[in-house]
Amino acid sequence: MTTVPTRPLQSSVAIEDITGLKERSLGQRLLASQPFWVTIALIIICAVMTWDQPHAFATSDNFYNITRNFAFIGIMAVGMTAVILTGGIDLSVGSLMGLVGVVCGLILQAEHHWTLAILAGLLTGAAAGAVNGFLVAYVGLPAFVVTLGMLSAARSFAIVLSENKMIYNFGPWGDTFNAIGGDSTLGIANPVWVLAILALVFGFIFNFTAWGNYLYAIGSNENAARLTGVPVRRVKLQAYIVSGLTAALASVLIVGWQGSAINALGQGYELRVIASTVIGGADLMGGQGGAYGAVIGAALIEVIRNSLLMAGVDANWQGAFVGLFIVLAVLLQRIRGKRSA
Amino acid sequence: MALLELQGIAKHFGAIEALKGIDLSVEAGEVVGLMGDNGAGKSTLVRVIAGNFRPSEGEIRIQGQVKHFHKPVDARAEGIEVVYQDLALCDNLTAAANVFLGRELKRRIGPLKILDYPAMYARVAGLFQELKSETRPRDLVKQMSGGQRQAVAIARTRLSDARIVLMDEPTAAISVRQVAEVLDLIRRLRDKGIAVMLISHRMPDVFSVCDRVVVMRRGTKVADKPVDKTSPEEVTGLITGAIHAV
Repeated sequence: MTTVPTRPLQSSVAIEDITGLKERSLGQRLLASQPFWVTIALIIICAVMTWDQPHAFATSDNFYNITRNFAFIGIMAVGMTAVILTGGIDLSVGSLMGLVGVVCGLILQAEHHWTLAILAGLLTGAAAGAVNGFLVAYVGLPAFVVTLGMLSAARSFAIVLSENKMIYNFGPWGDTFNAIGGDSTLGIANPVWVLAILALVFGFIFNFTAWGNYLYAIGSNENAARLTGVPVRRVKLQAYIVSGLTAALASVLIVGWQGSAINALGQGYELRVIASTVIGGADLMGGQGGAYGAVIGAALIEVIRNSLLMAGVDANWQGAFVGLFIVLAVLLQRIRGKRSA
Repeated sequence: MALLELQGIAKHFGAIEALKGIDLSVEAGEVVGLMGDNGAGKSTLVRVIAGNFRPSEGEIRIQGQVKHFHKPVDARAEGIEVVYQDLALCDNLTAAANVFLGRELKRRIGPLKILDYPAMYARVAGLFQELKSETRPRDLVKQMSGGQRQAVAIARTRLSDARIVLMDEPTAAISVRQVAEVLDLIRRLRDKGIAVMLISHRMPDVFSVCDRVVVMRRGTKVADKPVDKTSPEEVTGLITGAIHAV
């Protein structure tokens, strides 16, 4: 060895001083989380609207409507979160809704059992998601391009399959099928129950399973994930399948609620879904986001829409407000990011 | 018997000879510095040992037994761990999640297998204590200093029973104080009988922590000397080619 001291001085602080420090408390973590602030915003808007329109806004009917309306978007946003966590994006969910709706409608029209309709619908969604996922994960094409292609193709399939007609003659099992998406249980619309269960399940998966952890790892540093032995391709493929499945689930419910299937179903929904996840704190670069954020983001968009309607604002202004909130959400994220860095 | 022995390792990429007839042996508890200019073949050699590349010629022996690594997992199974130059860390994950990435501890609850956070935090806290690093298991890697990030990457190699740790430029691009921290981490690995191969451009680091220095130039080994039998001047000369192979 040379004459260099073997134990260089590290710092003026004893290690015990640092390791003994309390780690970030629950309160601090809460204050640093975007879904928390979006929840606050949601509560404020609701409070203001309740004060302003007590007989229109704060009614159980309106609550029922709002929750049901955002349930469909929320369900898709939870699945979309899986994809966005990996740093990808799924632009095809709106078109998949249309395709799945037509598939369900045709099967019911042919007088098949409602379980077959739902199964076929979910399979369609999963298959389309698998195609997206395969092209992104195994062929290595950009997610934006692949899912843009699927957006176009799925809508086209829907139009071809439906022969560009509305399907409403649902056959003998139509009533059961319609009840699943259209009825309520214990005073809450069925899609809202589905959303609640889905959010809980995925909240659990994202936080407490290795698979969930891998989604964050891939979105954070894909190369690192690969080097440490994470099955990157498989997990990405599965994320797109999840997104396709949740789009199919939302479609099954919305077709049941409306009692008819049209091939234009879900047009433009992909943007509302992505907006929900972003407002709820998901980072389009990957590695950040969660199930609760996706749900609360969807809720905020719907409450804003509903509030503007009730306040008598021209419906055409809705887009502007939603756009404003998307930019504000990302701005908030950026400010928080700077502070914690 | 040497822990790791390379004999006549060569690697061609088409017509390009990246490595030519490399012989090298590393003993347990030895720190070997691997130096050379850009393109001298250091990284290629590391990748051959780590199982990223298969050698075109030659043999790799671990404790006298010939081994063939087809992929990095094979090398890891033989106790060879790599700390990559960019550290291969995920910024948005905690230190503990990064250390356990790809080999998480799980707990069974009924039919479900969930991540065992308490066990992982405890284990990682123990590793950091062992490395005497001021790093906390629950902190996000993105909030960490360069030295702490190194500690996370090194803690990862301590999870399994690593016998050889390859470190690719661990002290590039970090502050002076953090360099001292990293060199200390290397000494702790050595004290546990682990062999360390340190790839570095920084002469002072190599001379303060290594027992032996290996110099590469244009794909061949031009020197292999104990550090107390050479000098930074001589090594510089060997790297640049001003002094010929000895």
